[in-house]
Amino acid sequence: MDIQSVREAFPILNQDVNGHPLVYLDSSATSQKPVAVIEAIDEYYRLHNSNVHRGVHTLGSRATDLYEGAREKVRHFINANSTKEIIFNRGTTTAINIVAQSYGLANVKAGDEIVITQMEHHSNIIPWQQVAKRTGATLKYIPLQPDGSVNLEDARATITSNTKIVAIAHVSNVLGTVNPVKEITKIAHENNAVILIDGAQAVPHMKVDVQDINCDFYAFSGHKMLAPTGIGALYGKEALLKEMEPVEFGGEMIDFVELHDSTWKELPWKFEGGTPIIAGAVGLGAAIDFLTEIGMDKIYQYEKKLVKYALEQMRTIDEITIFGPEERAGLVTFNLEGVHSHDLSTVLDTEGIAIRAGHHCAQPLMKWLGVTSTARASMYLYNNEDDIDRLVAGLKKTKEYFGDV
Amino acid sequence: MSNVNLDTLYRQVIMDHYKHPRNKGKFEDNDSLTIEMNNPTCGDRIFLQFQLDGDTVEDVKFTGDGCSISLASASMMTQAVKGKTISEALAMSELFSDMMLGKDVDMDEFGLEDIEALQGVSNFPARIKCATLAWKAMERVVEEE
Ligand SMILES: Cc1ncc(COP(=O)(O)O)c(C=O)c1O
Repeated sequence: MDIQSVREAFPILNQDVNGHPLVYLDSSATSQKPVAVIEAIDEYYRLHNSNVHRGVHTLGSRATDLYEGAREKVRHFINANSTKEIIFNRGTTTAINIVAQSYGLANVKAGDEIVITQMEHHSNIIPWQQVAKRTGATLKYIPLQPDGSVNLEDARATITSNTKIVAIAHVSNVLGTVNPVKEITKIAHENNAVILIDGAQAVPHMKVDVQDINCDFYAFSGHKMLAPTGIGALYGKEALLKEMEPVEFGGEMIDFVELHDSTWKELPWKFEGGTPIIAGAVGLGAAIDFLTEIGMDKIYQYEKKLVKYALEQMRTIDEITIFGPEERAGLVTFNLEGVHSHDLSTVLDTEGIAIRAGHHCAQPLMKWLGVTSTARASMYLYNNEDDIDRLVAGLKKTKEYFGDV
Repeated sequence: MSNVNLDTLYRQVIMDHYKHPRNKGKFEDNDSLTIEMNNPTCGDRIFLQFQLDGDTVEDVKFTGDGCSISLASASMMTQAVKGKTISEALAMSELFSDMMLGKDVDMDEFGLEDIEALQGVSNFPARIKCATLAWKAMERVVEEE
């Protein structure tokens, strides 16, 4: 991977922030966008913009082809069996809510169990709390190992024949843990439960094959994988999606509308009520092309090397506590003794370094870690060792600064 | 590093309140007015207790979890409102909000010089919520009365 030419593809990186060249280490929150994506959206609006699946006119069919073409790109990217299994929506949060409200409310009864883990993002907790509350089901948590990983013994002990749904992150947005989702899927299926995987932090960084995992549902967001905000996808096995009721009703998703009843379009459109996020889908398609051209395996290896370097360098600071397992995706969550993560983030910002501070939408996990907030540096394919060196220098200066004041 | 900007934020007085908070702790009794408030975007928390005598703030204590700005601001707030009436305390809170918006305010009205040190926060928009948390909590607790 030629890191210099990758960096040049991201115009936003080429700027000074607070008098210093920008170091962007907050890609787990949202990624930056390459020129190819920005231009694809620009071109869509300049040349092809129209509503989809409606007009008979030329622009209408061009927009429809682009939108459906993006769906095929997503299908291929995660190796789904059919485009019927790819539902476009706003992203991970919306995707999980569709499954919770449609599949969850229809299939979970009082006394059943829903199983998640303690490392989940709020997006993969609250929709299930709601299902549990409305149905009388129990929400159970697979406990975490001391290093923040999930082991299969614990998964086997928590998932039982009463479990109807298992929902788990593929990669933790705080710990960087890569969960054994294929094995956990097997355990879920042995208990006749369906499994949803929150892939928000996985799809951007590694090759994901939903058929190989054999999961029932898989959710992810475009904006974390070089695409614009507002677009994401839900993968679901066709047989399951077919039986599920839509959660949004209106135009675009109907077949016949009578005065008192209507029938739904076939998959995937029955889940896409209203004018869809057309330009967003086009941008997502362009992002997938960009990532594919470089190669997901290369990106994964590159980030693995970079995060290893980051761990080594950050550990040269005595006052640092690093959370999460040694084997991890490209992010490091940490605290600097005696300096609150907001203060840390403000000091780094004056050095042009962007990191995340706070609870990272994972309050139960913060409780488990015994902290109220942490700092997180998260990497992507456009970061390099220079960025890490700047971060480490910034951390040392923060420590000195707070030592003096 | 050029600490020019930073020094306007992290003034000595602020760090002093952060490291040696005033009125920190909890009352043993059960009849103090209490409130727990958090800043949902960042996880800062404050637990505030007020003892009123009529409409005067007789005593006040706080505990909290948060950054230097939020804890220093809480410490200063408790000092400023102690001995004041509820309406004086609320007026001060409004004054504090104005100060965070970068407006020119009459610092004397706080009756606590230290608060002036927080003026620099108005230049760091992302941190204003840290500084106002304790004041918002105070408003809630006295308004409930
Ligand atoms: C693990 C995980 N799940 C879910 C989400 C929610 O994604 P979105 O806000 O794009 O819906 C995020 C994003 O922060 C995440 O990191």
